[in-house]
Amino acid sequence: MSEWEAMAARLAAGEATLLGLWGEPGRVHLAALEDADAAPAIRHLSRDCPDGRYPSIGRLHPAAIRLERAARDLYGLEAEGAPDRRPWLDHGAEPTAYPFLPVTGAGLHQIPVGPVHAGIIEPGHFRFTCDGETVVRLEARLGYAHKGVEALLAGADLPAAARIVGRISGDSTVAYAIAFARAAEAALGTAPPPRAAWLRGLLAELERLANHLGDIGGICNDAAFALMQAHCAALRERVLREAAACFGHRLMMDAVVPGGLAVDLHTGGAVRLLALIAELRARFRGLVRLYDGTVSLQDRTVGTGIVRAGLAARFGAGGYVGRASGRGFDARRTPGYAPYDSLAFEVPTRAQGDVNARVWIRIEEVTESLRLIEQILDRLPEGPVHAKMAAGAGEGIALAEGFRGDVLAWVRIEGTTVARAHLRDPSWFQWPLLEAAIEGNIVADFPLCNKSFNCSYSGPDL
Amino acid sequence: MFRTLLSGLRPPLAEPPVPDTELAALGAALDAAARRRLGRGLAIRAVDAGSCNGCELELHALGNPFYDLERFGLRFVASPRHADVLMVTGPVSRNMRAALARTHAAMPAPKWVVAVGDCGAGCGVFADSPACLGSVAKVVPVDLTIPGCPPPPARLLAGLLALFGRR
Ligand code: SF4
Repeated sequence: MSEWEAMAARLAAGEATLLGLWGEPGRVHLAALEDADAAPAIRHLSRDCPDGRYPSIGRLHPAAIRLERAARDLYGLEAEGAPDRRPWLDHGAEPTAYPFLPVTGAGLHQIPVGPVHAGIIEPGHFRFTCDGETVVRLEARLGYAHKGVEALLAGADLPAAARIVGRISGDSTVAYAIAFARAAEAALGTAPPPRAAWLRGLLAELERLANHLGDIGGICNDAAFALMQAHCAALRERVLREAAACFGHRLMMDAVVPGGLAVDLHTGGAVRLLALIAELRARFRGLVRLYDGTVSLQDRTVGTGIVRAGLAARFGAGGYVGRASGRGFDARRTPGYAPYDSLAFEVPTRAQGDVNARVWIRIEEVTESLRLIEQILDRLPEGPVHAKMAAGAGEGIALAEGFRGDVLAWVRIEGTTVARAHLRDPSWFQWPLLEAAIEGNIVADFPLCNKSFNCSYSGPDL
Repeated sequence: MFRTLLSGLRPPLAEPPVPDTELAALGAALDAAARRRLGRGLAIRAVDAGSCNGCELELHALGNPFYDLERFGLRFVASPRHADVLMVTGPVSRNMRAALARTHAAMPAPKWVVAVGDCGAGCGVFADSPACLGSVAKVVPVDLTIPGCPPPPARLLAGLLALFGRR
């Protein structure tokens, strides 16, 4: 048995967790974490496919199915034995002609939704099959935001590639930039200065804060509790304004670059951020009480959209989706990276796996991010924030923990340009779980469940 | 609950929109007749034509208490059939071309299109991608472009107000 097939068996047996599967012309790659490793490191396998074929991982391990479909659309690589051979990112000339999986039964009806939705939302299509009000099956069809990212990255110089990577999923621009920078630094053997590593942590926690605050409000709003939304949106806005004041951009795009940072914390930034933390702590406490004490709101979130722990583990779901279903994985801990290896923080987990649990994970992570920012500001090293990238050739792979989970970055650099790169969004392993979570719930609870996942469309659509 | 309601949002957070000379010029380019017809209220339909979601975040922010879009008579609506203005984000991915064109076609006339962000204006960092069409104007006629990556909410608001000549 080849190394590749042995890995497929270990993934299927639950002895390893899939981190990504991607292609390039004539070659297929896979990354995984092995549970048995004492000090877990990312295992990266790749194999030539001279005839454009490789043994399917998805055949044994369903988490790989969509990744294999994407690799076929982008590079023509055939996963032999693949259970689902429909296109994924390639919508062809006639986008409405897509063979949804058949659902049969007496009295069932279908509701097609999207790609254009009622609110300000990314594009995707949801096909509900319902028995009365109850969803029997949901099948999502994505790929509408496919922008040809990997084709753009191939041949781009490092700064241009970093700008593109920062726009694969705008809400996670910092996490993507960190993952990519760390992969590029590993490829060329450049170490960013200590101050840059610490400031990256600061940027990442500000991004987590802003997104979690937005999500907590958004979830409550989808349960028709607009008051929480108004308060949380105001707090989110405060974070974005401080980010702009401290780093020059509300979403902190292009701040993290290979070699370190493009900007240092603006003068007076530390004082501003400490004031922000004090303000958020004071206000957020009241909002948590409000959430916890509003019975009508809990009535909507408790017991809704349950993801079973076994499923979260099998798909290697990261972020709040995994943690709300008992999977405590966090890339800041495993494999871990600076500055988190010298900071104190908790990774909250819950067992219930419902909307309420995904709200609480976010609430607890807001508190942890505030603690982390305080520690970083307290111990921020002095010095430069950028090191010149060494020239040369090499391959690097890295994980960074974004607000919705771990982002995987792989890059091969030749000279000063990116030969190939791949970025794997956390949502690849979360979207399929949404389909499971909504089963048996009423259609009207879909927006609530969907918001509690808040998966990226643009990220996995590449 | 009432204590939270009263304590959290005081003093009022809503701010006057920031004047933006660049956008004033853009607004002036719209003819007076269009402005008369739009009157004092606009129903906006947003379509994400393959954005990175950064522009969506800032469109969302327009609704927060700091910008409070609705005090200007501007609101996002769920159906293109209720909309005067189509706000389009993203570099127009091939896979969104048909949906964008159909949404625009579903809007009653008169209608206006605002291309949001550097992507909507000219494809942004995705300019060389064969998977993208290049700009919103390639699919639907554009009346106003609001640049930025993403444009901050103050600029989005100023752009919308310029569209119907109110500051
Ligand atoms: S303009 Fe910038 S923020 Fe907006 S969709 Fe394009 S890349 Fe994203």
